[in-house]
Amino acid sequence: MNESTGTPTGLGSVAAVRLVAGRELRTRLRSKAYLIITAVLVVIVVALVLVAKLVSGSHSVLKVGVLPDAAPVARSLQAAGVALGEELDVVRVTGPDEARRELDAGTLDAVVVAMRGTTLGVLVTQTLDPKLRVVLVATASQSVLNDQIRTLGGDPEAVHARVAAAGIEVNSLEPAPAFDPQRLAVGFIAGILVYLALMLTGQLIAQGVVEEKSSRVVELLLSTIRPWQLLAGKVVGIGLVGLLQVVLVGVAGLVAGQLTGVLTIPWAVVGGALGWLVLWFVLGFTMYALVFAGLGALVSRQEEVGGVVTPATALLVIGYVIGVSVLPSDPENQLVAVLSLLPVFSPTLMPIRLAMGEVPVWQIATALVLAVVTIPLLVAITARMYRNAVIRSGSRVRLREAIRAG
Amino acid sequence: MAANLAFEGLVKSYGPTVALTDLSFEVRPGEVFGFVGSNGAGKTTAMRIALGVLEPDSGRVCWGGDPITFETRRRIGYMPEERGLYPKMRVGEQLAYLARLHGLPERDARAAVTRWTERLGIAERVGDEVQKLSLGNQQRVQLAAALVHDPAVLVLDEPFSGLDPIAVDVMSAVLREQAATGVPVLFSSHQLDLVERLCDRVGVVSSGRLVALGAVDELRGAGPRQLVVRPGGTADRVAQIPGCRLVAQDGDQLVVELADEADDQEVLRAALAGGPVHEFRPRRPSLVELYRHVVSAAPPGSTAESGEPEPPARATDGRGAAS
Repeated sequence: MNESTGTPTGLGSVAAVRLVAGRELRTRLRSKAYLIITAVLVVIVVALVLVAKLVSGSHSVLKVGVLPDAAPVARSLQAAGVALGEELDVVRVTGPDEARRELDAGTLDAVVVAMRGTTLGVLVTQTLDPKLRVVLVATASQSVLNDQIRTLGGDPEAVHARVAAAGIEVNSLEPAPAFDPQRLAVGFIAGILVYLALMLTGQLIAQGVVEEKSSRVVELLLSTIRPWQLLAGKVVGIGLVGLLQVVLVGVAGLVAGQLTGVLTIPWAVVGGALGWLVLWFVLGFTMYALVFAGLGALVSRQEEVGGVVTPATALLVIGYVIGVSVLPSDPENQLVAVLSLLPVFSPTLMPIRLAMGEVPVWQIATALVLAVVTIPLLVAITARMYRNAVIRSGSRVRLREAIRAG
Repeated sequence: MAANLAFEGLVKSYGPTVALTDLSFEVRPGEVFGFVGSNGAGKTTAMRIALGVLEPDSGRVCWGGDPITFETRRRIGYMPEERGLYPKMRVGEQLAYLARLHGLPERDARAAVTRWTERLGIAERVGDEVQKLSLGNQQRVQLAAALVHDPAVLVLDEPFSGLDPIAVDVMSAVLREQAATGVPVLFSSHQLDLVERLCDRVGVVSSGRLVALGAVDELRGAGPRQLVVRPGGTADRVAQIPGCRLVAQDGDQLVVELADEADDQEVLRAALAGGPVHEFRPRRPSLVELYRHVVSAAPPGSTAESGEPEPPARATDGRGAAS
C-alpha cells in the first residue's frame, strides 16, 4: 500500500492558512449566490449613476437661438448667463423657419427674436424654462439700461467695466467648509458599500464556521491543523472574496460616474475615496469577521446563526444608519465624529466622513490606531471562543463558557 | 513505520462526569485492534484524545515511544465517529484538500485520490458533490479521507456502521491490507461478530476503564470450560456430576459449565448411561457472551450512559454527510 506517494512533509502555518484560504476563495467565487449578488450590486451602482445623469443632465446647458434681428443683444445674453451662473449655449439662427424647426426638434430651449423698445421677443415651444426666464429678463433690462446710458451721453462699455469690478467681501464668524453634493453622493454610496460588504462577508464567515461544525468536518480538520490556522484561513479567504466585491462595485460606480460626466470631482479625490473605502473594509472586516466567527462557533445549526450573530449585525446596522441619516445633512456632526473614532463604528462611519469632506488628520489617525490595536485583542478572545466551542456540537455553547473554558 | 500506538494512563472527565479512568493499552505495528464497549464507555473520547481534538486531564498517547505531537499527528488516518465532510464540495477536490492539509504535495495528493477512489469503488463519483452520494458511498469517501495521505497509523471510530455487506468486505480487506504493511490499526465497533473475525486483539472498555484485553481466542478461552451435550435420554444424571452446572437448555441441547476439577469424560459417560448421545463438544463463549460477562462484571461507578458529551440528536441536520 505504501508504494511511495512521497513522504508527507511538515505543513507550515503559512501553508496551512493558505490552503484553507484557497479553499474558501475557490468555493465562494464559484457559488452562484456570490456571483449574483456581485452582479446585482454592480448593476445597481451603474443604474444609480445613469439615473443621476438623466435627472441632472437634461437641462444642465440652456440652448438659446438668436435671430439676426436680435444679434445686438447676443453679447449681453452671454454676459447675463455668466453673471447668473447658468451655462448658456448661444447659437445663431438664420430665419423663423429654422427657429421653428430647431424648437420642434428640441435642440433649442428658446429663440430670441428681437429687441423692440423695452421688450425682448422670445419664441418657445410651450413654456419658458424658469432659469432661462431669469437670464432673458436680465438681458432685456441690460439692453434698456444700455440705451439709457447712451441717451445720457455715457459709454455703456465703460459703465459695465466699472459695474463688473464691484463686489463684496464676506467674512464669516464661523467659516463652514462648502460640501460638494457630489462628494456627499460618493460618501453615501461608500457607506452603503462598506456596510453591505461587511454584512455579507460577516454572514459568510458565520455560516462557514457553522457549516464545518454541523457537517462535523471540523473534527477532521482540527486533527491536521490548529484552530487558529483554520480561523485565519477562513477570515483571509472570505475577506479576499469580500474585498474583490467592494473593489468591483466601487470601481464600476466610479468609472460610470466619470464616463457619464455625473461625477466632475477630480480622479484623485475619487481614487482617495476608494482607497479609504478599501482600507476601512479591510480593518472593519478583520474585526467583524473575527466576532462573527467566534459567535458562529457557539451554535451547531444554520438556523441558529442569525440569532447568535445579532449583536454584531446590530452594531453594523447602527453605525450605518447613523452614517447615512445624519452625515449627508450635517457632515460636521460632533456626536458622529466621536462615534467614528470607536472601532465598533469606525468601519461604517469613517469611509462616509472621508468621502464627504475634510476629516482632521488626528481623527483619522486615532480611528486607525484604535482599530489596529483592537484587532489583536479580538484575535485573542475570538480564537479562544472558537477553539473551545467549535467541536462542542449539540446545544448552543454559552458565551461565558466559551471564553473561560480551555 | 513499525511503531506502536500506545495509550498511557488516560484520564478525562467532563465536569462531574468521568469519561476515562486510567485507560492504558497499545496497538502493535501490523495489528488490527478492536475497541469494544457500550455507548458512552469512553472509546470516542480516547480516540479524540489521540487525534488532539481533546486534551486529556492526564496521561498521554505515544507513537513509537514518543508522545504524539502536532507534526506526527499528521501521519494518523482518522475517521471520526461523527462523519464529517463538506456536503457541497466535490468528492475529488475534498479528498485532495484533506490530503494536502496532511502535508502531501499537490501532485501526490491527486495521485492518492485517484488510487483510493478506484480502490474503494467510488472513482466515477469524484466529480459529484458529497451530499449527492448515498450514505454508503459517503462512508467510502470518509474512509478514503482517512487513507488518502498514506497514514502510518489508523484510528477509525465505528468504521463499519451504516455499511452494506459488500462495503463491509471492502473495508475489512483494506484494514487487513493496511495492517499487513506494518500500520497499527485501531477501530471501534458494536458489531462483535466482525470484531471477532477481523481483529488480532480486542480491548473491552466499560465506564472509562479497560475491563478485558487480549487476543480474541485468548479471551474466549479464558472463561470457564463449557460443553454442549445432546443426550437421547434424560439429562438428570449429567446435572448431578460434582462440579458440573447446567447453564442453558435449548430443546434437548444442554450447555453445561465445568468447574476446574470436573472431568468432561465423566459427563459423557453420564449422558451415555441414559441412552445415545447425538452431540458432544466443547463450547467456547462467543465474543458477545464474553462482552456481556465482562461489562456486567465491571464495577458500577459512573453510569454507562454518561461519559461522553454525545450530541443529543443527529436528525437536526439531515443534509449533513454523516451516516
